[in-house]
Amino acid sequence: MPPDHLPNDWRPSAELAMIQARADLFARLRAFFAAAGVLEVETPILSQAAVTDPALASLSVGGVGPARSLYLQTSPEFPMKRLLAAGSGPIYQICKVFRDDERGRLHHPEFSLLEWYRPGWDPWRLMDEVAELTRVALQRPTLPVERIAYRELFLQRLHLDPWSATVEDLRGAALAAGIADAASLDLDADAWLDLLLTHCLEAGLGRDGMTFLVDYPPSQAALARIRPGPIPVAERFELYLEGVELANGFQELTDAVEQRARFQADLAQRRRRGQSEPPLDERLLAALAAGMPECSGVALGLDRLLMMATGVDRIDGVLAFPVERA
Amino acid sequence: MAFYSTSEFKGGLKIMLDGDPYNIVENEFVKPGKGQAFNRVRVRNLKTGRTVEKTFKSGDTVEAADVHDTEMQYLYNDGEEWHFMDPESFEQMTADANAVGEAAKWIKDNDVCKVTLWNGAPLAVDPPNFVVLQIVETDPGLKGDTSGGGGKPATLETGAVVRVPLFVQSGESIKVDTRTGEYVSRVKDA
Repeated sequence: MPPDHLPNDWRPSAELAMIQARADLFARLRAFFAAAGVLEVETPILSQAAVTDPALASLSVGGVGPARSLYLQTSPEFPMKRLLAAGSGPIYQICKVFRDDERGRLHHPEFSLLEWYRPGWDPWRLMDEVAELTRVALQRPTLPVERIAYRELFLQRLHLDPWSATVEDLRGAALAAGIADAASLDLDADAWLDLLLTHCLEAGLGRDGMTFLVDYPPSQAALARIRPGPIPVAERFELYLEGVELANGFQELTDAVEQRARFQADLAQRRRRGQSEPPLDERLLAALAAGMPECSGVALGLDRLLMMATGVDRIDGVLAFPVERA
Repeated sequence: MAFYSTSEFKGGLKIMLDGDPYNIVENEFVKPGKGQAFNRVRVRNLKTGRTVEKTFKSGDTVEAADVHDTEMQYLYNDGEEWHFMDPESFEQMTADANAVGEAAKWIKDNDVCKVTLWNGAPLAVDPPNFVVLQIVETDPGLKGDTSGGGGKPATLETGAVVRVPLFVQSGESIKVDTRTGEYVSRVKDA
């Protein structure tokens, strides 16, 4: 990244051809959904409630209208689910989302997200559509696709069962993998899994086409339904291409009681960690209570998709003006 | 005491780890969309020069190292320590062999060096990128060979040994790039 004090930092960090490539990509996406009969919608970027997920930090703004503080969305998930509950049918949205404290080669605090929902579809059918959309987006019609279960990946590559491994087992795997400071890091089991996934496994995913990582540990369900069984799994999937996480999808949780319990568990964890405790989205909970259709939904990062389409390896290369020169 | 959060990490930031000052060489932010974020950081120990990798949970804080660079004039060596002076305040400081390191073989009186201070004391000394030094000893080369190929070793007034072209002789002054230790050119009337 060039220093931001250079006198030419008024210039875009992306090539002008990239600005065109972005417009072309968005046009292909919109044509894809028009042909598929999915309705484009727009929901508020500013909200009175915010996401509770302890791994996501919302930005807030004050002094809007009646001088109350409002939150910038980290994803359009909650208002889109209210549309679904109101009977919208299949919908998609292309919008800006905001996440504080995220900045790096693949992260930018403001980014473009494509999110869509398919009432009546299971995640397997949605994954097929994600794969087809990705082929269209990248103009690679024969790009192959594979699926691997989260548990299988850890068993194959690290000889570790994420469902039963203890914190010390996980630390041992991190030590064996040569991760710096594995001996002294103080992490809970899910954070160890995240460490192993990001440091040892992600880079190998999506190397021969698209890889869907599926069936996450229930502790990492986020807003996915849990599929009961001898080994319960969260019906969640992530799409990887060339080692980069592109999309996250769920068989959506539709149970208002369970949703409220998860929100409250999130808030309890935030309290333990000394994080802020944002207001719950009571309107989402009311919509779920009124009845949201069973559906699958997915969010796909468009800046990263554009990186894949153009062969750029830093997110700054596809942004007109990154935050340092915004 | 100042602290930095991992979100302030970037190349060049000076931090304290296990009691030693370090320079951040490279900072990589990694985060699964729905999980714990980490900073994978490569840091260089400013005392030993060794580079190591560190893993931080994003959001952790680390003590800032009071390290900054300043230009100082080299005065003399008293046999044990190297004496420097701030050209503006005329304040004098001494640096030991550990801090001066490789710079010792390039610097001579009055050279302006970059001195890295930690808690106000010299931690490292960088010589000027180019220095002009006199050759005190080199084999007489083949007269008329101006190709510069091959070359021969020459000992300089500071004790450093560099390879010079065959036509360069004892008593002459040469310009040397201290970053590579390579001969650049002859200097007349030095």
